[in-house]
Amino acid sequence: MESVGSIIMYVIIVLSIVIFSILAVTTRKILRAATYLLFTLFATAAIYFQLDYEFLGAVQIAVYAGGIVVLFVFSILLTSRPGDNSEKLASKQKTLGLTGAAAMLLVAGYSLISRIEFLVDRPEMQSIDMQQVGETLMGTGHFQYLLPFEAISVLLLACIIGGVVVARKN
Amino acid sequence: MEMTMLCYLLPSLFMFCCGVYGFITRKNMIAILISLELMLNAVDINFVVFNRYLFPGNMEGMFFTLFAIAIAAAETALAIAIIINIFRVASDIDVREINKMKF
Repeated sequence: MESVGSIIMYVIIVLSIVIFSILAVTTRKILRAATYLLFTLFATAAIYFQLDYEFLGAVQIAVYAGGIVVLFVFSILLTSRPGDNSEKLASKQKTLGLTGAAAMLLVAGYSLISRIEFLVDRPEMQSIDMQQVGETLMGTGHFQYLLPFEAISVLLLACIIGGVVVARKN
Repeated sequence: MEMTMLCYLLPSLFMFCCGVYGFITRKNMIAILISLELMLNAVDINFVVFNRYLFPGNMEGMFFTLFAIAIAAAETALAIAIIINIFRVASDIDVREINKMKF
């Protein structure tokens, strides 16, 4: 049985996910879309906190909400005028998009709900402390991730160089 | 009320479908990228929820999400660099106008 506080928190999180993800894909001002995306990312971080993954929630806020959204805002300000509305959708486009999304929602939602074994309770879990995270990230043993960590560092370096080369003026 | 797995999987499914809708209907490249981020984020939630409910002793889902966030950051930065370069060449980032390289 969950406490009343966590249920209220859960309802707020789910409502903000639903409302802000709809607004992020339907609003006609692009800067507002980025702002609604920011709120959706915050709600996701709140889900991580609620599931006892504090480190992951912190990473989500720092990298996604702090890094990626700022990138989005800067590139929007560089490429379009802030007050501009995008043009109204043609009804054909809208029907196509709605059909695709609704079909996916129906199929995946049905297959989720029909699986009764998904209705398990949340098991008890010790909160993961930083030492455990660090040892898993830096170890070379079984279920430890030094190699992907290094691969990602090389990927980020390649991405920095690629970004500079692509966006540079000739 | 018990919090089962479905309570988290259904919002994430909804978020993914919003991303699909935006990806199909949007014309602005940055708006398409925003829809893509929504989809990636929904998948991240799924990894974490499966990890938390089915394998609470392990951390694989959490680390997969961690690496996915890092790769998403790299991908977004590179995509935005490409978009800004396109804007410099074509002075527009509408996907219908970008057809110079079309055969």
